[in-house]
Amino acid sequence: MQNNNEKGKGMSRRDLLAGMAALPVLGAIGYGLLKQNSLDAQKNEAGLNDIDLAGSVSTPVQVPGKEIRIGIVGCGSRGAYLMKALGFVHPDRVDDWNKRGKDDPYWKQYLDDFRTQENLNVKIVAICDVFEKNAERAIKTGANSHRNGQDGPMGEAPRRYATYHELVAAPDVDAVIIATPDHLHVPVALEAARSNKHIYCEKPLSWTVEETYEIRNVVKNQGIVFQLGHQGRQTESYQVARALVEKNVLGKVSLIEVCTNRNDPNGAWVYDIDPAANEQTIDWEQFIGPAPWHPFSLERFFRWRCWWDYSTGLSGDLFTHEYDAMNQIFNLGIPHSAVASGGIYFYKDGRTVPDVLNMAFEYPNRDLTLLYSASLSSEKNRGKAIMGHDAWLELGENLTVFADPRSTQYKEYFDKGLLEPGKAMFSYVPGQGKVDAITTPTEKYFAGRGLLYTYRDGKALDTTHLHLLEWLNCIRKANGSQPSCNIDRAFEEAITAHLGTISYQQGRRVYWDSDKEQII
Amino acid sequence: MTVGWHFLYEGLVKLTNPAWSSKAYLLDSGGWFSDFFFWIAHHAALLKFVDQFNALGLSLIGLFLVLGIFSRIAAVGGAFLLALYYLSHPPFPGIEYFFPSDGSYFIVNKILVELMALAVIYHLPAENRIGLRRFVLLKKKDDAE
Repeated sequence: MQNNNEKGKGMSRRDLLAGMAALPVLGAIGYGLLKQNSLDAQKNEAGLNDIDLAGSVSTPVQVPGKEIRIGIVGCGSRGAYLMKALGFVHPDRVDDWNKRGKDDPYWKQYLDDFRTQENLNVKIVAICDVFEKNAERAIKTGANSHRNGQDGPMGEAPRRYATYHELVAAPDVDAVIIATPDHLHVPVALEAARSNKHIYCEKPLSWTVEETYEIRNVVKNQGIVFQLGHQGRQTESYQVARALVEKNVLGKVSLIEVCTNRNDPNGAWVYDIDPAANEQTIDWEQFIGPAPWHPFSLERFFRWRCWWDYSTGLSGDLFTHEYDAMNQIFNLGIPHSAVASGGIYFYKDGRTVPDVLNMAFEYPNRDLTLLYSASLSSEKNRGKAIMGHDAWLELGENLTVFADPRSTQYKEYFDKGLLEPGKAMFSYVPGQGKVDAITTPTEKYFAGRGLLYTYRDGKALDTTHLHLLEWLNCIRKANGSQPSCNIDRAFEEAITAHLGTISYQQGRRVYWDSDKEQII
Repeated sequence: MTVGWHFLYEGLVKLTNPAWSSKAYLLDSGGWFSDFFFWIAHHAALLKFVDQFNALGLSLIGLFLVLGIFSRIAAVGGAFLLALYYLSHPPFPGIEYFFPSDGSYFIVNKILVELMALAVIYHLPAENRIGLRRFVLLKKKDDAE
C-alpha cells in the first residue's frame, strides 16, 4: 500500500478514485437495466406484451352430484384410452408402469399423474365389445376403481353385454360412451338417445349423410347431454387463439391451412392383428352392422379405417380434428362448398380410402378458405397456420404469432422498432395463462421451433379427461346446458367432412344449401 | 470488476424478470450429472428455490466484486455457481445440446475461463487496490500508525 499511498498517510485522490471505482460500473449496469425495462414497458404500452388471456382459458371444475353410471360400447384402444381418462385402467398396465417407473422417471411421472388424476365420481357398470379379449380386459379395467396393480383390491366389475342394444337398454346405465368404428357411431347413439342415455361419442359423428340429420333430431328431441369426442376443445392454445382472433391481433384472415402428416404403418391405420382373434372370438355379424356384408376378415376387423365400408377416411378420421379446432376458433360452421382430390398413392394394400387427400372449403360469407392437405407417407411437419393481413399464427399445443412485414396495423410498431417484421411477436406456452412478447433467447429458440417443453414434464392435463369432465358436468347440472362439442357442432363437423368425401369420391365440387340443409 | 459486472447484470436481469426460469436450461443438461439437473427441473418447488437462489447469488456476488468487498467469499460463491453451470453442460465430444453453442469448445469453455478468473481473484484480491476495501485497508494502516 505504501506505493499507492503517495503521502504515506491519509487518503489521496488516487485512493478515492480507486476506492470509488465501482460507482461508474454500477451506474452503467443500472443504465443497462433501465433501458431494457423501459423497452419492455413500451411494448406493454403498445399492447403487445401481457395480453391477459387468463379469462380465455377455461378448465372445467367438477360439478358436485351423484355418481354417474357409465356403459362403454367399443373397448378397443380408444375405448381403453377413454376409460383411463375416466380413471380406470387394467391392473396389468398399472404394474407395467410401476415396473418401468423404477428405471425411467417418465413412467414414474406417468403413473403418478394417472393416480392423482381427479376422481370424476363415475362407475363403469356396463361394457360391450364384439371381440372377446377386449371385453375381458374392459371388465377388469372397469373393476379397477382404486387404480391398483394386480395385487391391489378391486371394485365391482361391470357387466358385459353381448350386444349394444342390451347395454343401452339397461336401466342402471345413466350415460353411454361410444368408441366403436365409424359406421356404428350413429346406430349406437340413436338407440342410446332413444333410451334417454346421455352420450359421449367418438368422432366423427356419422358415417353417412342421412343418419347425420336423424341423430341430430333425436338428440335434440330427447334432451340428453351430448358431447362429440373432439378433446381439442380443451386445448389451451386453441382457446387462446380464439381470443387473439377476437382481439383482431391477426387482422383480416382469408386463408387457413391445416394438415395431417404421418409416416408410419400405425399412423396409416395398418394396426397389428391380435393372435387371439378369430371367428370364434369375434362377433363378426355385429361388427358388420349397417355395412355391406363381407366374409370374415381379420384385416378388415383390425384395420377397419382403411375401408369406406366402416370408415370415413382421412376426411372423417383426421381432418375433423383440424376442422373442429378451427370451428372452435372461428365459429366456421358448414362451408359453402368443397373440392377435393387425392388418391391411394403409397399404401397399395387393398384399402379403398385415399392416403393422400387435399381439400379446399370455401366460406364466401366469411371471406376465407379452409385448406386441408394430408399425407400418410411423410412426416414433414406442416402445422396449422392461420394467415391474417397483419400477422400469421402457427398453432400446435403452443402458439406463435408472427408479425406480417406488410401489416397495416403494425406498421407504426415496425417504424418505432417495437416489432420486427416477419419475426415472432407472441408465443403462448400452455399453463402460463398469458401471452408474453418473446424476450429471452430461450423463448425465441423454443417458440421458433414449436417445441413443447412445458408439456414434457408431464404436468399437462389430459384433454380427453377434461372433455369427459365437461360432459359429466352438464349431466350433473341437469339444466339443459350442453358441452362445447354439442350436437350442433357435431352436425357441422360431420357435414363438412362428408362434403369433402363426396367431392373426392365424385370428382366434382360439392355445395351446401344452408337454407334447405342439403348437399347438392 | 468485469467478472463482477457480468455476474451482477446476469443476476439483476433474472431478478427483474418474474417469468425467468432455469427450467429449459436444466432440461437441456448433458453429461454425467444431467440426472441431478433433470431432477431439479422436474420439482416445481425446488426449481423455484434454485432459481431464486441463483438470481440472488449472482447479484450479490456481482455486487461484492464490483464494490470490492468480501471478494474472496464472492469468488468462492461465484466459482461454485459456475462449477454447477459447467457440470450441467460439460463441453465434451459426444454430448449434444439442444441450445446452440456460441463457439467451439473442448473441455475449456467460457464458463471455465471465468471460473479460473475467480480463482485468480481469490488468490490476488484486486479489492486491495481497487474498490471500497481500499478505504478499509487505509483506515487500518492509519490506525496501525
